[in-house]
Amino acid sequence: MRADVRHSFPDLTMQPFSALSLLKRGLSGQRGWTAQWRSPEPKNAYDAIIIGGGGHGLGAAYYLASEHRLGSVAVLEKGWIGGGNTGRNTTIIRSNYLFDESAALYDHAVRLWEGLSQTLNYNVMFSQRGVLMLAHSVHDMQVSKRHVHANRAAGVDNEWLTPEEAQAFCPPLNIGDIRYPVLGAALQRRGGTARHDAVAWGYARAADALGVDIIENCAVTGIVRNADGSVAGVQTTRGPISARRVGVSAAGHSSVVMKMAGVELPLESYPLQALVSEPVKPVFPCVVMSNTIHAYISQSDKGELVIGAGTDAYTSYTQRGGLHISSHALEAVCELFPMFRRLRMLRNWGGIVDVTPDRSPIIARTPVPGLYVNCGWGTGGFKATPGAAHVFAWTIARDEPHPINAPFTLERFRDGNLIDEAAAAAVAH
Amino acid sequence: MVTADGLRDEHVLLIQCPYCGERPEPEFVYGGQAHIARPQQPAELTDQQWTDYLYRRDNTRGPHAERWRHTHGCGRFFNALRDTTTDHFLATYRLDESPPRAPGESAK
Repeated sequence: MRADVRHSFPDLTMQPFSALSLLKRGLSGQRGWTAQWRSPEPKNAYDAIIIGGGGHGLGAAYYLASEHRLGSVAVLEKGWIGGGNTGRNTTIIRSNYLFDESAALYDHAVRLWEGLSQTLNYNVMFSQRGVLMLAHSVHDMQVSKRHVHANRAAGVDNEWLTPEEAQAFCPPLNIGDIRYPVLGAALQRRGGTARHDAVAWGYARAADALGVDIIENCAVTGIVRNADGSVAGVQTTRGPISARRVGVSAAGHSSVVMKMAGVELPLESYPLQALVSEPVKPVFPCVVMSNTIHAYISQSDKGELVIGAGTDAYTSYTQRGGLHISSHALEAVCELFPMFRRLRMLRNWGGIVDVTPDRSPIIARTPVPGLYVNCGWGTGGFKATPGAAHVFAWTIARDEPHPINAPFTLERFRDGNLIDEAAAAAVAH
Repeated sequence: MVTADGLRDEHVLLIQCPYCGERPEPEFVYGGQAHIARPQQPAELTDQQWTDYLYRRDNTRGPHAERWRHTHGCGRFFNALRDTTTDHFLATYRLDESPPRAPGESAK
Protein backbone atom coordinates (compact mmCIF):
# COMPACT_ATOMS: atom_id res chain seq x y z
CA MET A 1 0.00 0.00 0.00
CA ARG A 2 3.03 2.31 -0.07
CA ALA A 3 2.50 5.30 -2.30
CA ASP A 4 6.11 5.63 -3.34
CA VAL A 5 5.24 5.71 -7.01
CA ARG A 6 6.06 9.07 -8.51
CA HIS A 7 3.16 10.51 -10.45
CA SER A 8 3.89 12.46 -13.57
CA PHE A 9 2.86 16.09 -13.52
CA PRO A 10 1.39 17.05 -16.87
CA ASP A 11 0.93 20.72 -16.07
CA LEU A 12 4.00 22.56 -17.25
CA THR A 13 3.33 25.47 -14.89
CA MET A 14 4.63 23.39 -12.03
CA GLN A 15 8.37 23.55 -11.58
CA PRO A 16 9.74 20.30 -10.11
CA PHE A 17 12.00 20.94 -7.16
CA SER A 18 15.50 19.47 -7.25
CA ALA A 19 18.85 20.30 -5.74
CA LEU A 20 19.84 21.80 -9.08
CA SER A 21 16.77 24.02 -9.38
CA LEU A 22 17.23 25.28 -5.79
CA LEU A 23 20.89 26.07 -6.52
CA LYS A 24 20.07 27.88 -9.75
CA ARG A 25 17.39 30.04 -8.10
CA GLY A 26 19.64 30.65 -5.13
CA LEU A 27 22.41 31.99 -7.34
CA SER A 28 19.99 34.22 -9.26
CA GLY A 29 18.48 35.97 -6.23
CA GLN A 30 15.49 33.62 -5.86
CA ARG A 31 13.82 35.23 -8.88
CA GLY A 32 11.73 33.31 -11.35
CA TRP A 33 9.73 31.11 -8.98
CA THR A 34 6.13 30.80 -10.09
CA ALA A 35 3.00 30.35 -7.97
CA GLN A 36 2.76 26.89 -6.42
CA TRP A 37 -0.84 26.50 -7.47
CA ARG A 38 -3.35 28.42 -9.59
CA SER A 39 -6.21 30.54 -8.22
CA PRO A 40 -8.95 29.52 -10.64
CA GLU A 41 -12.48 30.80 -10.80
CA PRO A 42 -14.91 28.04 -9.80
CA LYS A 43 -16.45 26.17 -12.74
CA ASN A 44 -20.16 25.41 -12.94
CA ALA A 45 -19.69 21.70 -12.37
CA TYR A 46 -17.15 19.14 -11.18
CA ASP A 47 -17.09 15.35 -10.91
CA ALA A 48 -16.31 15.72 -7.21
CA ILE A 49 -16.09 18.54 -4.70
CA ILE A 50 -14.14 18.42 -1.45
CA ILE A 51 -15.30 20.87 1.22
CA GLY A 52 -12.33 21.93 3.33
CA GLY A 53 -8.83 22.84 2.17
CA GLY A 54 -6.78 21.39 5.00
CA GLY A 55 -4.35 18.54 4.64
CA HIS A 56 -7.14 15.93 4.70
CA GLY A 57 -9.21 17.64 1.99
CA LEU A 58 -6.30 18.56 -0.27
CA GLY A 59 -4.88 15.06 0.12
CA ALA A 60 -8.24 13.50 -0.80
CA ALA A 61 -8.40 15.68 -3.92
CA TYR A 62 -4.84 14.69 -4.81
CA TYR A 63 -5.59 10.95 -4.52
CA LEU A 64 -8.89 11.35 -6.41
CA ALA A 65 -6.93 12.86 -9.29
CA SER A 66 -3.81 10.68 -9.10
CA GLU A 67 -5.09 7.23 -8.14
CA HIS A 68 -8.73 7.30 -9.19
CA ARG A 69 -8.29 9.48 -12.29
CA LEU A 70 -11.41 11.52 -11.66
CA GLY A 71 -11.76 14.03 -14.47
CA SER A 72 -12.46 17.20 -12.55
CA VAL A 73 -12.12 17.84 -8.83
CA ALA A 74 -12.40 21.04 -6.79
CA VAL A 75 -11.41 21.83 -3.22
CA LEU A 76 -13.50 24.58 -1.63
CA GLU A 77 -11.87 26.38 1.29
CA LYS A 78 -13.67 29.15 3.19
CA GLY A 79 -10.39 30.75 4.29
CA TRP A 80 -6.95 29.96 2.98
CA ILE A 81 -5.14 26.66 2.40
CA GLY A 82 -3.90 25.15 5.64
CA GLY A 83 -5.24 28.02 7.75
CA GLY A 84 -7.36 25.79 9.98
CA ASN A 85 -6.26 22.85 12.05
CA THR A 86 -3.55 21.87 9.56
CA GLY A 87 -1.66 24.99 10.61
CA ARG A 88 -2.65 24.77 14.27
CA ASN A 89 -1.62 21.30 15.42
CA THR A 90 1.59 20.20 17.15
CA THR A 91 2.75 18.15 14.11
CA ILE A 92 3.13 14.84 15.95
CA ILE A 93 2.91 11.61 13.95
CA ARG A 94 2.54 8.16 15.53
CA SER A 95 0.43 5.02 15.09
CA ASN A 96 0.53 3.39 18.55
CA TYR A 97 -3.24 3.09 18.94
CA LEU A 98 -4.77 0.21 20.86
CA PHE A 99 -7.23 -1.55 18.59
CA ASP A 100 -6.46 -3.36 15.35
CA GLU A 101 -8.80 -1.11 13.35
CA SER A 102 -7.01 2.02 14.55
CA ALA A 103 -3.53 0.57 14.26
CA ALA A 104 -4.27 -0.30 10.63
CA LEU A 105 -5.60 3.18 9.88
CA TYR A 106 -2.87 5.19 11.60
CA ASP A 107 -0.07 2.92 10.40
CA HIS A 108 -1.37 3.23 6.84
CA ALA A 109 -0.74 6.95 7.33
CA VAL A 110 2.77 6.44 8.75
CA ARG A 111 3.69 4.29 5.74
CA LEU A 112 2.45 7.01 3.40
CA TRP A 113 4.32 9.66 5.43
CA GLU A 114 7.52 7.70 4.87
CA GLY A 115 7.34 8.25 1.11
CA LEU A 116 5.36 11.49 0.99
CA SER A 117 8.14 13.97 0.22
CA GLN A 118 9.14 11.85 -2.79
CA THR A 119 5.54 11.26 -3.87
CA LEU A 120 4.70 14.96 -3.84
CA ASN A 121 8.14 16.25 -4.89
CA TYR A 122 7.79 18.54 -1.87
CA ASN A 123 9.79 18.35 1.34
CA VAL A 124 7.27 17.83 4.15
CA MET A 125 10.21 17.51 6.57
CA PHE A 126 8.99 14.18 7.95
CA SER A 127 11.36 13.28 10.76
CA GLN A 128 11.08 9.90 12.47
CA ARG A 129 12.75 11.07 15.66
CA GLY A 130 10.69 8.82 17.94
CA VAL A 131 7.65 9.42 20.16
CA LEU A 132 8.16 8.71 23.85
CA MET A 133 4.98 8.32 25.94
CA LEU A 134 5.65 8.50 29.67
CA ALA A 135 4.11 6.43 32.46
CA HIS A 136 3.86 7.94 35.95
CA SER A 137 1.75 5.43 37.87
CA VAL A 138 1.06 1.72 38.12
CA HIS A 139 -2.09 2.25 36.09
CA ASP A 140 -0.10 4.13 33.43
CA MET A 141 2.39 1.29 33.24
CA GLN A 142 -0.32 -1.32 32.82
CA VAL A 143 -2.08 0.69 30.11
CA SER A 144 1.17 1.54 28.31
CA LYS A 145 2.44 -2.02 28.34
CA ARG A 146 -0.92 -3.20 27.04
CA HIS A 147 -0.52 -0.74 24.18
CA VAL A 148 3.04 -1.94 23.51
CA HIS A 149 1.92 -5.58 23.33
CA ALA A 150 -1.18 -4.80 21.25
CA ASN A 151 0.85 -2.71 18.81
CA ARG A 152 3.50 -5.37 18.37
CA ALA A 153 0.82 -8.01 17.78
CA ALA A 154 -0.67 -5.72 15.11
CA GLY A 155 2.69 -5.23 13.42
CA VAL A 156 3.20 -1.67 14.69
CA ASP A 157 6.55 -0.90 16.33
CA ASN A 158 6.44 0.06 20.01
CA GLU A 159 8.79 -0.82 22.84
CA TRP A 160 8.93 -0.45 26.59
CA LEU A 161 11.78 1.53 28.15
CA THR A 162 12.89 1.74 31.78
CA PRO A 163 13.17 5.27 33.23
CA GLU A 164 16.94 5.18 32.70
CA GLU A 165 16.53 4.06 29.09
CA ALA A 166 13.96 6.83 28.55
CA GLN A 167 16.38 9.40 29.92
CA ALA A 168 19.16 8.03 27.73
CA PHE A 169 16.86 8.45 24.69
CA CYS A 170 15.80 11.96 25.82
CA PRO A 171 18.56 13.45 28.03
CA PRO A 172 16.61 16.57 29.16
CA LEU A 173 14.00 14.34 30.84
CA ASN A 174 13.80 14.57 34.64
CA ILE A 175 12.81 11.08 35.78
CA GLY A 176 13.13 11.26 39.55
CA ASP A 177 12.89 14.56 41.36
CA ILE A 178 9.26 15.32 40.57
CA ARG A 179 5.86 14.80 42.09
CA TYR A 180 4.95 12.08 39.57
CA PRO A 181 8.26 10.31 38.83
CA VAL A 182 8.71 8.66 35.45
CA LEU A 183 8.27 4.91 35.96
CA GLY A 184 8.83 3.92 32.35
CA ALA A 185 7.94 4.90 28.82
CA ALA A 186 6.62 3.48 25.56
CA LEU A 187 8.72 4.41 22.54
CA GLN A 188 7.57 4.32 18.94
CA ARG A 189 10.74 4.91 16.93
CA ARG A 190 8.88 5.32 13.62
CA GLY A 191 6.87 8.18 15.10
CA GLY A 192 8.00 11.78 14.84
CA THR A 193 6.99 15.09 13.33
CA ALA A 194 6.47 16.79 9.94
CA ARG A 195 6.20 20.37 8.80
CA HIS A 196 2.44 20.90 8.95
CA ASP A 197 2.18 23.81 6.47
CA ALA A 198 4.31 21.93 3.96
CA VAL A 199 1.81 19.06 4.03
CA ALA A 200 -1.00 21.36 2.90
CA TRP A 201 1.20 23.17 0.37
CA GLY A 202 2.68 19.97 -1.00
CA TYR A 203 -0.70 18.35 -1.54
CA ALA A 204 -2.12 21.60 -2.97
CA ARG A 205 0.73 21.94 -5.44
CA ALA A 206 0.63 18.30 -6.54
CA ALA A 207 -3.18 18.26 -6.82
CA ASP A 208 -3.16 21.51 -8.78
CA ALA A 209 -0.63 20.04 -11.20
CA LEU A 210 -3.07 17.19 -11.83
CA GLY A 211 -5.82 19.65 -12.68
CA VAL A 212 -7.56 20.00 -9.32
CA ASP A 213 -9.09 23.46 -8.83
CA ILE A 214 -8.20 24.82 -5.38
CA ILE A 215 -10.66 27.60 -4.62
CA GLU A 216 -9.85 29.67 -1.55
CA ASN A 217 -12.11 32.25 0.11
CA CYS A 218 -15.11 30.19 -0.95
CA ALA A 219 -17.43 29.22 1.90
CA VAL A 220 -20.09 26.58 1.33
CA THR A 221 -23.49 27.89 2.40
CA GLY A 222 -25.73 25.02 1.35
CA ILE A 223 -25.78 21.50 -0.04
CA VAL A 224 -28.15 21.08 -2.98
CA ARG A 225 -30.00 17.78 -3.40
CA ASN A 226 -31.95 16.11 -6.18
CA ALA A 227 -35.57 15.03 -5.86
CA ASP A 228 -34.41 11.53 -4.94
CA GLY A 229 -32.36 12.95 -2.06
CA SER A 230 -28.95 12.51 -3.65
CA VAL A 231 -26.38 15.27 -3.83
CA ALA A 232 -26.65 17.70 -6.75
CA GLY A 233 -24.02 20.23 -5.71
CA VAL A 234 -23.33 23.06 -3.32
CA GLN A 235 -24.20 26.70 -2.80
CA THR A 236 -21.19 28.86 -2.07
CA THR A 237 -20.30 32.49 -1.46
CA ARG A 238 -18.92 32.40 -5.03
CA GLY A 239 -22.06 30.94 -6.60
CA PRO A 240 -23.62 27.51 -7.07
CA ILE A 241 -21.46 24.58 -8.18
CA SER A 242 -22.88 21.22 -9.18
CA ALA A 243 -21.31 17.85 -8.45
CA ARG A 244 -22.59 14.32 -8.00
CA ARG A 245 -20.07 13.59 -5.29
CA VAL A 246 -19.31 15.85 -2.33
CA GLY A 247 -16.77 14.96 0.34
CA VAL A 248 -16.84 16.92 3.59
CA SER A 249 -13.50 17.32 5.34
CA ALA A 250 -14.30 20.29 7.56
CA ALA A 251 -12.82 19.27 10.95
CA GLY A 252 -14.37 21.32 13.77
CA HIS A 253 -17.10 22.64 11.48
CA SER A 254 -18.22 19.22 10.20
CA SER A 255 -21.47 19.41 12.19
CA VAL A 256 -22.28 22.79 10.69
CA VAL A 257 -21.64 21.68 7.10
CA MET A 258 -23.40 18.33 7.42
CA LYS A 259 -26.50 19.96 8.91
CA MET A 260 -26.86 21.73 5.54
CA ALA A 261 -27.74 18.31 4.16
CA GLY A 262 -29.82 17.35 7.16
CA VAL A 263 -27.24 14.86 8.47
CA GLU A 264 -26.75 14.94 12.24
CA LEU A 265 -23.41 13.71 13.53
CA PRO A 266 -22.32 12.43 16.97
CA LEU A 267 -19.75 15.21 17.29
CA GLU A 268 -18.93 17.96 19.73
CA SER A 269 -16.44 20.69 18.82
CA TYR A 270 -13.94 21.85 21.43
CA PRO A 271 -11.01 24.26 21.40
CA LEU A 272 -7.66 22.48 21.62
CA GLN A 273 -4.78 24.71 22.59
CA ALA A 274 -1.11 24.74 21.67
CA LEU A 275 1.77 27.14 22.12
CA VAL A 276 5.36 27.66 21.04
CA SER A 277 8.38 29.07 22.84
CA GLU A 278 10.99 31.46 21.56
CA PRO A 279 13.38 29.61 19.23
CA VAL A 280 16.51 28.09 20.75
CA LYS A 281 19.34 25.91 19.45
CA PRO A 282 18.61 22.19 18.98
CA VAL A 283 18.16 20.86 22.51
CA PHE A 284 15.33 18.35 22.28
CA PRO A 285 15.83 15.15 20.28
CA CYS A 286 12.39 13.55 20.11
CA VAL A 287 8.68 13.91 20.92
CA VAL A 288 7.67 13.38 24.55
CA MET A 289 4.06 12.96 25.65
CA SER A 290 2.64 12.53 29.11
CA ASN A 291 -1.03 11.69 29.40
CA THR A 292 -1.13 11.74 33.17
CA ILE A 293 0.33 15.15 33.94
CA HIS A 294 -0.71 16.27 30.51
CA ALA A 295 1.93 17.80 28.31
CA TYR A 296 3.43 17.00 24.98
CA ILE A 297 6.45 18.65 23.49
CA SER A 298 8.88 18.58 20.59
CA GLN A 299 11.23 21.05 18.95
CA SER A 300 10.61 22.39 15.47
CA ASP A 301 13.40 22.79 12.95
CA LYS A 302 13.10 26.55 13.49
CA GLY A 303 14.04 25.93 17.13
CA GLU A 304 10.72 26.67 18.81
CA LEU A 305 9.50 24.23 21.42
CA VAL A 306 6.08 23.12 20.22
CA ILE A 307 3.87 22.37 23.21
CA GLY A 308 0.45 20.79 23.17
CA ALA A 309 -2.06 21.68 25.87
CA GLY A 310 -5.47 20.18 26.48
CA THR A 311 -8.96 20.83 25.26
CA ASP A 312 -11.11 23.39 26.99
CA ALA A 313 -13.97 22.02 29.04
CA TYR A 314 -16.73 23.51 26.90
CA THR A 315 -17.76 23.27 23.25
CA SER A 316 -16.80 26.31 21.23
CA TYR A 317 -15.95 27.61 17.75
CA THR A 318 -13.75 30.50 18.90
CA GLN A 319 -10.27 29.10 18.12
CA ARG A 320 -9.07 30.26 21.53
CA GLY A 321 -9.59 29.15 25.11
CA GLY A 322 -8.78 29.73 28.75
CA LEU A 323 -5.22 30.57 29.77
CA HIS A 324 -5.37 28.08 32.65
CA ILE A 325 -5.33 25.25 30.07
CA SER A 326 -2.02 26.42 28.60
CA SER A 327 -0.59 27.18 32.06
CA HIS A 328 -1.33 23.65 33.15
CA ALA A 329 0.64 22.21 30.23
CA LEU A 330 3.56 24.57 30.94
CA GLU A 331 3.66 23.51 34.60
CA ALA A 332 3.96 19.89 33.48
CA VAL A 333 6.68 20.75 30.93
CA CYS A 334 8.71 22.67 33.53
CA GLU A 335 8.42 19.75 35.93
CA LEU A 336 9.56 17.19 33.35
CA PHE A 337 12.25 19.41 31.79
CA PRO A 338 13.62 21.84 34.39
CA MET A 339 15.99 23.38 31.85
CA PHE A 340 12.99 24.95 30.07
CA ARG A 341 11.80 26.91 33.14
CA ARG A 342 13.32 30.20 31.97
CA LEU A 343 12.13 29.96 28.35
CA ARG A 344 9.62 32.54 27.22
CA MET A 345 6.54 31.59 25.24
CA LEU A 346 6.14 33.22 21.86
CA ARG A 347 2.48 32.65 21.05
CA ASN A 348 -0.50 30.44 21.85
CA TRP A 349 -3.68 29.61 19.95
CA GLY A 350 -6.55 27.20 19.70
CA GLY A 351 -7.98 25.00 16.98
CA ILE A 352 -11.51 23.60 16.93
CA VAL A 353 -11.53 19.82 17.05
CA ASP A 354 -14.56 17.60 16.43
CA VAL A 355 -14.68 14.85 19.03
CA THR A 356 -16.67 11.60 18.70
CA PRO A 357 -17.99 9.59 21.64
CA ASP A 358 -15.37 6.84 21.07
CA ARG A 359 -12.49 9.18 20.09
CA SER A 360 -12.21 7.47 16.70
CA PRO A 361 -12.90 9.19 13.39
CA ILE A 362 -15.78 8.74 10.95
CA ILE A 363 -14.66 8.17 7.33
CA ALA A 364 -17.74 6.98 5.55
CA ARG A 365 -20.69 7.25 3.29
CA THR A 366 -23.67 9.07 4.78
CA PRO A 367 -27.45 8.55 4.54
CA VAL A 368 -27.38 11.07 1.65
CA PRO A 369 -26.25 9.38 -1.61
CA GLY A 370 -23.18 11.09 -3.03
CA LEU A 371 -22.31 12.77 0.27
CA TYR A 372 -19.25 11.49 2.15
CA VAL A 373 -17.70 12.60 5.39
CA ASN A 374 -14.23 12.47 6.92
CA CYS A 375 -14.57 13.88 10.44
CA GLY A 376 -14.36 13.18 14.15
CA TRP A 377 -10.57 13.20 14.29
CA GLY A 378 -10.75 15.01 17.60
CA THR A 379 -7.34 15.91 18.91
CA GLY A 380 -5.35 13.66 16.57
CA GLY A 381 -6.11 14.35 12.93
CA PHE A 382 -2.77 15.65 11.66
CA LYS A 383 -0.88 12.38 12.08
CA ALA A 384 -3.44 10.61 9.92
CA THR A 385 -3.45 13.14 7.07
CA PRO A 386 -2.12 11.01 4.17
CA GLY A 387 -3.85 7.81 5.32
CA ALA A 388 -7.20 9.48 5.92
CA ALA A 389 -7.01 11.36 2.63
CA HIS A 390 -6.08 8.18 0.77
CA VAL A 391 -8.97 6.03 2.06
CA PHE A 392 -11.41 8.96 1.88
CA ALA A 393 -10.59 9.40 -1.82
CA TRP A 394 -11.16 5.66 -2.30
CA THR A 395 -14.54 5.90 -0.54
CA ILE A 396 -15.64 8.84 -2.70
CA ALA A 397 -14.40 7.38 -5.98
CA ARG A 398 -15.87 3.89 -5.51
CA ASP A 399 -18.86 4.71 -3.30
CA GLU A 400 -17.64 2.06 -0.88
CA PRO A 401 -15.11 2.13 1.93
CA HIS A 402 -11.53 0.97 1.60
CA PRO A 403 -11.01 -2.09 3.88
CA ILE A 404 -9.00 0.13 6.24
CA ASN A 405 -11.79 2.64 6.86
CA ALA A 406 -14.67 0.15 6.64
CA PRO A 407 -15.02 -0.03 10.47
CA PHE A 408 -15.12 3.77 10.84
CA THR A 409 -18.78 4.20 9.91
CA LEU A 410 -21.44 6.54 11.13
CA GLU A 411 -23.63 3.56 11.97
CA ARG A 412 -21.19 2.09 14.50
CA PHE A 413 -22.70 4.26 17.23
CA ARG A 414 -26.12 2.72 16.58
CA ASP A 415 -24.84 -0.82 16.13
CA GLY A 416 -22.54 -0.80 19.14
CA ASN A 417 -19.30 -1.37 17.22
CA LEU A 418 -17.43 1.43 18.93
CA ILE A 419 -13.64 1.71 18.53
CA ASP A 420 -12.86 3.11 21.95
CA GLU A 421 -9.51 4.88 21.77
CA ALA A 422 -10.04 7.25 24.70
CA ALA A 423 -6.78 6.03 26.28
CA ALA A 424 -4.71 6.20 23.08
CA ALA A 425 -5.96 9.62 22.06
CA ALA A 426 -3.45 11.08 24.54
CA VAL A 427 -5.19 14.41 25.05
CA ALA A 428 -7.49 14.30 28.04
CA HIS A 429 -10.99 15.16 26.88
CA MET B 1 -12.56 46.37 30.06
CA VAL B 2 -14.68 45.11 27.19
CA THR B 3 -13.18 44.17 23.82
CA ALA B 4 -14.70 44.86 20.42
CA ASP B 5 -16.53 41.53 20.29
CA GLY B 6 -18.16 42.15 23.66
CA LEU B 7 -15.87 39.91 25.66
CA ARG B 8 -14.21 41.05 28.79
CA ASP B 9 -10.47 41.26 28.43
CA GLU B 10 -9.78 38.51 30.93
CA HIS B 11 -7.66 35.41 30.69
CA VAL B 12 -10.41 33.15 31.97
CA LEU B 13 -14.13 33.20 31.47
CA LEU B 14 -16.14 34.71 34.32
CA ILE B 15 -19.34 32.77 34.87
CA GLN B 16 -22.36 34.08 36.71
CA CYS B 17 -23.42 31.33 39.12
CA PRO B 18 -27.11 31.96 39.89
CA TYR B 19 -26.40 31.26 43.56
CA CYS B 20 -22.89 32.68 44.19
CA GLY B 21 -22.37 35.38 41.58
CA GLU B 22 -19.52 35.86 39.16
CA ARG B 23 -16.64 33.40 39.53
CA PRO B 24 -13.73 32.29 37.29
CA GLU B 25 -14.21 29.30 35.01
CA PRO B 26 -11.80 26.92 36.83
CA GLU B 27 -14.31 26.80 39.72
CA PHE B 28 -16.83 25.17 37.38
CA VAL B 29 -17.28 21.88 35.58
CA TYR B 30 -18.97 21.82 32.18
CA GLY B 31 -21.92 19.46 31.94
CA GLY B 32 -22.72 19.35 28.23
CA GLN B 33 -25.86 20.25 26.32
CA ALA B 34 -28.83 21.10 28.55
CA HIS B 35 -32.48 20.02 28.38
CA ILE B 36 -31.83 16.44 27.21
CA ALA B 37 -34.51 14.40 28.92
CA ARG B 38 -33.97 10.71 29.53
CA PRO B 39 -36.66 8.82 27.59
CA GLN B 40 -39.58 7.77 29.78
CA GLN B 41 -39.82 4.34 28.14
CA PRO B 42 -36.34 3.36 26.92
CA ALA B 43 -37.48 -0.13 25.90
CA GLU B 44 -39.92 1.34 23.37
CA LEU B 45 -37.29 3.33 21.48
CA THR B 46 -35.80 2.26 18.17
CA ASP B 47 -32.05 1.75 18.05
CA GLN B 48 -31.70 5.04 16.22
CA GLN B 49 -33.72 6.96 18.81
CA TRP B 50 -31.63 5.48 21.62
CA THR B 51 -28.42 6.34 19.70
CA ASP B 52 -29.62 9.90 19.29
CA TYR B 53 -30.32 10.15 23.01
CA LEU B 54 -26.89 8.76 23.91
CA TYR B 55 -24.66 10.35 21.31
CA ARG B 56 -26.23 12.98 19.10
CA ARG B 57 -25.66 16.56 20.24
CA ASP B 58 -26.62 19.81 18.52
CA ASN B 59 -22.99 21.07 18.57
CA THR B 60 -24.50 24.50 18.03
CA ARG B 61 -22.58 27.31 16.42
CA GLY B 62 -24.21 30.24 18.19
CA PRO B 63 -26.32 30.47 21.39
CA HIS B 64 -26.02 27.12 23.15
CA ALA B 65 -28.02 25.99 26.20
CA GLU B 66 -25.70 23.99 28.44
CA ARG B 67 -25.24 22.68 31.96
CA TRP B 68 -22.54 23.82 34.34
CA ARG B 69 -21.81 22.83 37.93
CA HIS B 70 -20.20 25.21 40.41
CA THR B 71 -18.08 22.35 41.76
CA HIS B 72 -15.60 24.44 43.74
CA GLY B 73 -18.29 26.73 45.11
CA CYS B 74 -21.86 25.94 46.03
CA GLY B 75 -21.66 22.59 44.21
CA ARG B 76 -24.98 23.18 42.45
CA PHE B 77 -25.90 22.59 38.83
CA PHE B 78 -27.35 25.38 36.72
CA ASN B 79 -27.88 26.11 33.04
CA ALA B 80 -26.29 28.73 30.85
CA LEU B 81 -26.90 30.20 27.43
CA ARG B 82 -23.50 30.84 25.83
CA ASP B 83 -22.63 31.98 22.31
CA THR B 84 -20.14 29.39 21.05
CA THR B 85 -18.79 31.82 18.45
CA THR B 86 -17.59 34.28 21.14
CA ASP B 87 -17.80 32.30 24.42
CA HIS B 88 -19.89 35.21 25.73
CA PHE B 89 -22.38 34.08 28.39
CA LEU B 90 -25.77 35.49 27.40
CA ALA B 91 -27.53 34.26 30.53
CA THR B 92 -27.38 31.76 33.35
CA TYR B 93 -30.50 30.29 34.89
CA ARG B 94 -31.67 27.68 37.36
CA LEU B 95 -32.37 24.12 36.29
CA ASP B 96 -36.11 24.53 36.86
CA GLU B 97 -36.28 27.55 34.57
CA SER B 98 -36.75 27.39 30.82
CA PRO B 99 -34.01 28.79 28.62
CA PRO B 100 -34.29 32.48 27.77
CA ARG B 101 -35.64 32.75 24.23
CA ALA B 102 -33.99 35.85 22.84
CA PRO B 103 -30.20 35.48 22.61
CA GLY B 104 -29.84 39.25 22.89
CA GLU B 105 -31.33 39.33 26.39
CA SER B 106 -28.25 39.44 28.54
CA ALA B 107 -28.44 38.58 32.21
CA LYS B 108 -25.57 40.90 32.95
